[in-house]
Amino acid sequence: MQVFEAAPASSIQSSEPARGPRWEHFAHDADIGVRGWGSTPAEALEQAAHALTAVVTHATVAPRSEVSVSCSAPDLELLFVEWLNAIIYEMAVRRMLFGQFTVQIENGRLKGTLWGEPVDVAATRPGCRAERCHLHGPQGRSR
Amino acid sequence: MTTGSGRPPASWMSRGGGMETSRFTQLDPTTWRLEPSGAMRVPVVIYADESLISSMDDKVIVQATNVSTLPGIVRGSYVMPDGHWGYGFPIGGVAAFDPDQGGVVSAGGVGFDISCGVRTMLTGLSVADILPRQKQLADSLSRQIPAGVGSTGAITLDAAEMEAMLEGGAQWAVERGWGDEADLERIEEVGRMAEARPNYVSDRAKERQREEMGTLGSGNHYLEVQGVAEIFDHTVADVFGIATDSVVVTIHCGSRGLGHQIGSEFLKEMVVTASDSGIVLPDRELACAPINSEVGRRYLGAMRAAINCALANREILGHYARRVFNHFFPQAELRVLFDVSHNTCKVETHLVEGKQRELFVHRKGATRAFGPGHESLPVALRPVGQPVLIGGSMGTGSYILVGDAKSETQAFSSACHGAGRALSRHAALRKWSGRKIVDELAAQGILIRSPSSRGVAEEAPGAYKDVGAVVAAAERAGLARRVARLRPLICVKG
Repeated sequence: MQVFEAAPASSIQSSEPARGPRWEHFAHDADIGVRGWGSTPAEALEQAAHALTAVVTHATVAPRSEVSVSCSAPDLELLFVEWLNAIIYEMAVRRMLFGQFTVQIENGRLKGTLWGEPVDVAATRPGCRAERCHLHGPQGRSR
Repeated sequence: MTTGSGRPPASWMSRGGGMETSRFTQLDPTTWRLEPSGAMRVPVVIYADESLISSMDDKVIVQATNVSTLPGIVRGSYVMPDGHWGYGFPIGGVAAFDPDQGGVVSAGGVGFDISCGVRTMLTGLSVADILPRQKQLADSLSRQIPAGVGSTGAITLDAAEMEAMLEGGAQWAVERGWGDEADLERIEEVGRMAEARPNYVSDRAKERQREEMGTLGSGNHYLEVQGVAEIFDHTVADVFGIATDSVVVTIHCGSRGLGHQIGSEFLKEMVVTASDSGIVLPDRELACAPINSEVGRRYLGAMRAAINCALANREILGHYARRVFNHFFPQAELRVLFDVSHNTCKVETHLVEGKQRELFVHRKGATRAFGPGHESLPVALRPVGQPVLIGGSMGTGSYILVGDAKSETQAFSSACHGAGRALSRHAALRKWSGRKIVDELAAQGILIRSPSSRGVAEEAPGAYKDVGAVVAAAERAGLARRVARLRPLICVKG
């Protein structure tokens, strides 16, 4: 099982082993931490992307449009941050929210597909905008 | 050159997560010093009273200690009274680096919302003038100031205009008709940061900004109409043009998506290239590059372009506010008191051990606070010092301070920038309802306008520390002196 998180390792609640792909938020001062679990790094990164969207809205996001992204990094921790920052970029320039994600990782290169819809403030009641993902303490590890 | 981890041992931390003060030498009621040990090159100095330092997260000292290990750091790693847990640098962190001593520039040390800052404008109106039209004014400001997720501005920049904006800052905005010439002398760098290099700003960063000029953003950014509730220093207040019950407009925002994109891209590059410069990072978010390196020079050029973006954005938002006020109060003339950033790295000359040295001063969540006589200040302000604009919360108010002569020897003429959060966004969201907060504040005479009730909950007044305690500590520490306390009348949030 892989877990990826954007927050200090000390804040991990790791006593309970993850039982399947899932995500959660955790407190990180002025920001919100995201954590994703999966049986592979790709699956964990997909889950973390769901957590990222849930930072912005609790509403269901319809998969009306498809966007492809790619990024690369010398290690999985940086790749995790690059992936979330790539989603944030697409949210910003397309003014969209995304609700479905697929990830493929090969030789440090990530290819991802995002499905979503344009921001509808009335329907999705978004909170704060995700501006960037920090490197601080992102952890990729096996359990 | 190398840096090792200056991470203090676990025994330095209190069990409750707050800071354990016993390892510090308390020099006076608001100065706490941690002597260098291990890889630390300089001491850590925290300015706070006992209550504030005890409530600081213990990660503040870990981060300030890590900063003290960076190459070329001069005199100390400083933390302001509103210091809290950041990324790499603590928020409220100040550190100066000497390029001739191998000094570094750090993307994390500047922060991601590059040149995020505060502008306060005088209106010449009184609270009594505002109250009869408070609701209409709030509604109109809310309609005219684009804010929140998915919002776009009325301005779209093509490639040529993007370059011109990144070069020209607020001067560019004024030339295009979004602001007044007279504003410029009241803006840091006279509204234009020199040596900006738009060619070092990526296409992706420019694309993010293309439709974002003149937008407020979300999170803790706001436009507030405020009444002066209390004057602490009447002499300075007279020079600033404020009196009890006078009304000001304050804008808090930064370089929007462009700054975040630049910060994220250079952070990754600095993480990857640090080892090439012999830098071992104790924390990857502390990523940095020698000032005299190719990466360092490129970052500085891009960061200065982002400063111009922030200066232009606040100038445009100020212009929008002027337009709304002129509709309701044709006699009102909104004049800029000052516009100052709190996420920057600036080249400044400071007196260190009797010598004037040119240093790269990082202020991350810290406000430049030049004292009386500083040559960069407008002539009208020079006798008293620089206005230091401190944002509080939408329920508890804000402060105007003035730079203190003593601040130069304390922390390179720096002061706090806000209240600092007491609760995370996550915790605030669980604790408060945005709708209820809007209603409660309305009952207190404070009108909130936001497209997001969730955003209001995250920014609940109770999620912030007592800004009054922060500024009192700043004054006691000689960082800046209180001039006036402001109370919110209208708050437009993203």
